[in-house]
Amino acid sequence: MTDLTLNDMDDATPNAGRAEKLYQASPRQLMWWRFKRHKVALVSGIILLLAYLVTGLAEVTAPYDAFEGNARATLLPPQALHLFDSEGTFRGPFVYATTRTRDPVTLRPMYKPDTSKVVPIRFFVTGSKYRLWGLIDGNLHLFGATGTDKINLLGTDTLGRDVLSRLIYGGRISLSVGLIGVAVSFVLGLTLGSVSGYFGGMTDNIVQRSMEFLRCIPTIPLWMGLAAALPITWDPLFVYFLVTILLSLIGWTYVARTVRGRFLSVKNEDFVLAARFCGTSETKIITRHMLPSMTSYIIAALTLSVPDMILGETALSFLGLGLRPPVVSWGVLLQEAQNLRTISQAPWLLAPGAAIVIVVLAFNFLGDGLRDAADPYSK
Amino acid sequence: MMTDLTLAPDLLMDVVDLKKHFPIHSGFFGRQTGAVRAVENVSFQLRKGETLGLVGESGSGKSTVARLLLRAFPVTEGRVTFRRRDGTLIDIAKAESADMRALRDEVQMIFQDPYSSLNPRLRLLEIIGEPLINKKVARSEIEDRVAELLKLVGLRPEFMSRYPHAFSGGQRQRIGIARALAVNPTFIAADEAVSALDVSVAAQVVNLMQDLQDQFGLTYLFITHDLSMVEHIANRIGVMYLGRLMEIADTASLFDRPRHPYTEALLSSVPQPDPRANAAKKRIILKGEIPNAAKPPSGCVFHPRCPYATDLCRQVEPPLEALTPGGNAVRCHRAAELTLAGVR
Amino acid sequence: MPEESKKPVIEIDNLKVHFHVREGIVKAVDGVSLSLMPGEVLGVVGESGSGKSITVRALMQLLPKSGKIADGRILFNGDAGKVTDIAKLDRQSREMRALRGGRIGMIFQEPMTALSPVHTIGHQVMTPILLHSQGGKREAEKRAREVLDMVRLPRIDEMMRSYPHQLSGGMRQRAMIAIALACRPQVLIADEPTTALDVTTEAQILDLLKELKAELGMSIIFITHNFGVVADIADRVSVMYLGNVVETGRTEDIFYDPQHPYTKALLNSIPRLGAAKQHRLNTIPGMIPDPFNLPGGCVFHPRCGLASHEDCRRIYPPITRIDDQRTARCHVVAEAIKARNLETGSAV
Repeated sequence: MTDLTLNDMDDATPNAGRAEKLYQASPRQLMWWRFKRHKVALVSGIILLLAYLVTGLAEVTAPYDAFEGNARATLLPPQALHLFDSEGTFRGPFVYATTRTRDPVTLRPMYKPDTSKVVPIRFFVTGSKYRLWGLIDGNLHLFGATGTDKINLLGTDTLGRDVLSRLIYGGRISLSVGLIGVAVSFVLGLTLGSVSGYFGGMTDNIVQRSMEFLRCIPTIPLWMGLAAALPITWDPLFVYFLVTILLSLIGWTYVARTVRGRFLSVKNEDFVLAARFCGTSETKIITRHMLPSMTSYIIAALTLSVPDMILGETALSFLGLGLRPPVVSWGVLLQEAQNLRTISQAPWLLAPGAAIVIVVLAFNFLGDGLRDAADPYSK
Repeated sequence: MMTDLTLAPDLLMDVVDLKKHFPIHSGFFGRQTGAVRAVENVSFQLRKGETLGLVGESGSGKSTVARLLLRAFPVTEGRVTFRRRDGTLIDIAKAESADMRALRDEVQMIFQDPYSSLNPRLRLLEIIGEPLINKKVARSEIEDRVAELLKLVGLRPEFMSRYPHAFSGGQRQRIGIARALAVNPTFIAADEAVSALDVSVAAQVVNLMQDLQDQFGLTYLFITHDLSMVEHIANRIGVMYLGRLMEIADTASLFDRPRHPYTEALLSSVPQPDPRANAAKKRIILKGEIPNAAKPPSGCVFHPRCPYATDLCRQVEPPLEALTPGGNAVRCHRAAELTLAGVR
Repeated sequence: MPEESKKPVIEIDNLKVHFHVREGIVKAVDGVSLSLMPGEVLGVVGESGSGKSITVRALMQLLPKSGKIADGRILFNGDAGKVTDIAKLDRQSREMRALRGGRIGMIFQEPMTALSPVHTIGHQVMTPILLHSQGGKREAEKRAREVLDMVRLPRIDEMMRSYPHQLSGGMRQRAMIAIALACRPQVLIADEPTTALDVTTEAQILDLLKELKAELGMSIIFITHNFGVVADIADRVSVMYLGNVVETGRTEDIFYDPQHPYTKALLNSIPRLGAAKQHRLNTIPGMIPDPFNLPGGCVFHPRCGLASHEDCRRIYPPITRIDDQRTARCHVVAEAIKARNLETGSAV
């Protein structure tokens, strides 16, 4: 076959090595390379990774315990972080101690930073004892103050508890709610979406109409009803698990639709028919040809359904259903901030709101980036 | 029942009255409201080692015929007698799944679209070697066989670790051919195998197919809408229109002296890379469009566009009538009296 | 055909279009020169990667975002004797928009995607008329009906109210031609208009285009990869390969006396209807190269049967004028012409 000098030119070029790497790159690698180009999604991914790391190790990263109150330091405003003191000398990161006085007329406590007293921030300090994940004892904290003075980078709440610590502990609950919900969504969405897409016809019709019916039910009243049905005396952690499962009951429909869509498009591709002609069994066709073409899309769909669950938990707890004190979550924290005094006098108590916005945005950007990268062959 | 089948010794396949109707569903409960008659009463024979061309425009049903021969979906009606490698006969239309699985080693297909016919997530080794992987053949043996196949189609054996996205359209078609050859089939249906390729690339692939046919004694069903290409490659050609076989003849006869008005119009419509010939030719421009396959015209389905139609044509569908013992046939009431213009 | 020394209505001079992608620069069009004379059909033929579609998109300033006209001129000789260099116009400028649809019409390969699915045919044909002329809706509707009749669509009243999905492929293509002709442009650009159609429908559309050319005296640039179609409809032909025009000439000359090795090889590899049956089709050795790794010198040299001139490998061949209608880019041809001119003592 002398008329074939295929790819000879490739070998002669200086790009031959790089080209070969490209030719041997699996679609997953191609997707990763495409994803890396999407800067916003990459940054979002890093932010989320950090968020999960910090909240996962809450006992270490939070300077104080979530329940340690101090009646003499209620509603402390956030302390400013300084590097240079009032004379201009570099002192490392520190905050000023606060002096507490009382307003003579309203008897309200007033706080002022005391520039004479420097409270240095040290890393890896010994602080209050804890039990990491209920298993490991320790007392090492990522950062904190030595001595008796406290550091409240985000101020304190009405009971004098450090807002930053409560934010981190609360983050652990709020962020993990999303993950457990995702696992349940994955199972439900994959199963029902596959059944719907693969079989088509009446089965597809039934599943799709049921999904649409479910989606039409207003979520908040539904959750309220279900949450109100949970007895108040139950263990808060148990309630927590039930709440996550409740939330995922809505989230799965997005995954199911994505899976169904992919099945429908892959089902009719020539390579599936070619596989049948090779004698491949139906099961193998699904596992070898159809499902792999879906994993990227499923990952993207799951990522995009997490924000709904985080917001769902926040909404429920905020309304006083779902999680309740003493369990700490961002929704619970916002519930406590739900009064006029907070907005007018202690706006730092709304910090969990900012955290939610950042996390939800990050998930959305990450999911969009994954979804865009998932299709390396779009022309 | 299978013992009732007969097949002349020089034939590989005998297709008799093949029909495929796709139901049309509408309404909330998806009731069947009609049917698309994609293939209607198609009959032809395939000789061992020959290339039968099947031409037609959109809606002609030619691709559906190929898929029926490979049982991509059930046959509505008809009989497809096939001679297996071991000499026994089987009706593909009625084969049980166990038989069908065995048949996958003997009948194969090459697809039209080089981009959707290869799974983008598998390496060439897994794509070409899929039939062997299914049979649980040892990995080193699969690699050897795939290397051999890649060389056969003019690609380098190292390519087996690459993914399809590394290759051009023409190369992908070669990969598709390698996959079809993996099981050593006796019959290959090429469904518009070169239609999506550039002219010069198509020529290379067609040459390859002919070389392989010589080397392995393959029988081809070559489906295309390109009349010039099919004249070059086929021994006999069938012309389809709206699911019916209108004419079938050996290549020379079809092009010299077509017997069906549609064939005449098709031959006349194809513009030739020859300016003087085009200018000299009297072009037959058919009026109207290809009708809807769900609502075919009465009588002869071609009659609304046929320049020679009579009342009989409008009322009665003509049968496929044999013209020669060699297998030429035509479906036209007026075949005997018309003298139609060929190409030469 | 009598030679008229008229000015070309479109003259593309050394056009270069570059695409900036992450992996580098793709020189999709690299020094293309074409001219379209009034009242003629110029066939532009080439395989994929030849740059034929990009060239006409540059002409209409409809290039995708990553494409830029890097060099060259695109001269349009308007009716009033005004010459515009389209390459210098901004995509969105009023001048360009007046040209597009008004003086230069375009039809595409896929009628289903080129027509708007949510507007009626009547609306779509009237839109360019309303945009480019002063008359009101009633006037536009009248002219729309006229042009629909001109493309031989049946049942005009029904057609005005129909949506594209209700029409067959051939009818949609006619509707697209109607939209392109609505403002009686001087030039019609047809980008593979019959590639997606059945053979019998293609014959109808080609027939229609020939009639319209005669009736309206339009100049047409007809792009295709099908040599049969080009032989049928074109008066002159330009053959393109990898972003260059390798040969231009009268249709008869190109088909019966091709000069460039690529043209010869391509014509040789097409199976012809009614030809004596060959054992094997002739092929062009090798493959179309990767656009990022174009060969140096003449881009065709690695596959050329006669890359015998040592310049073929190193020097990009300049345009050789074979006669007043024919040009080719080939060192071997240049040599032969030089020799011929020396013999006859003339230079054309």
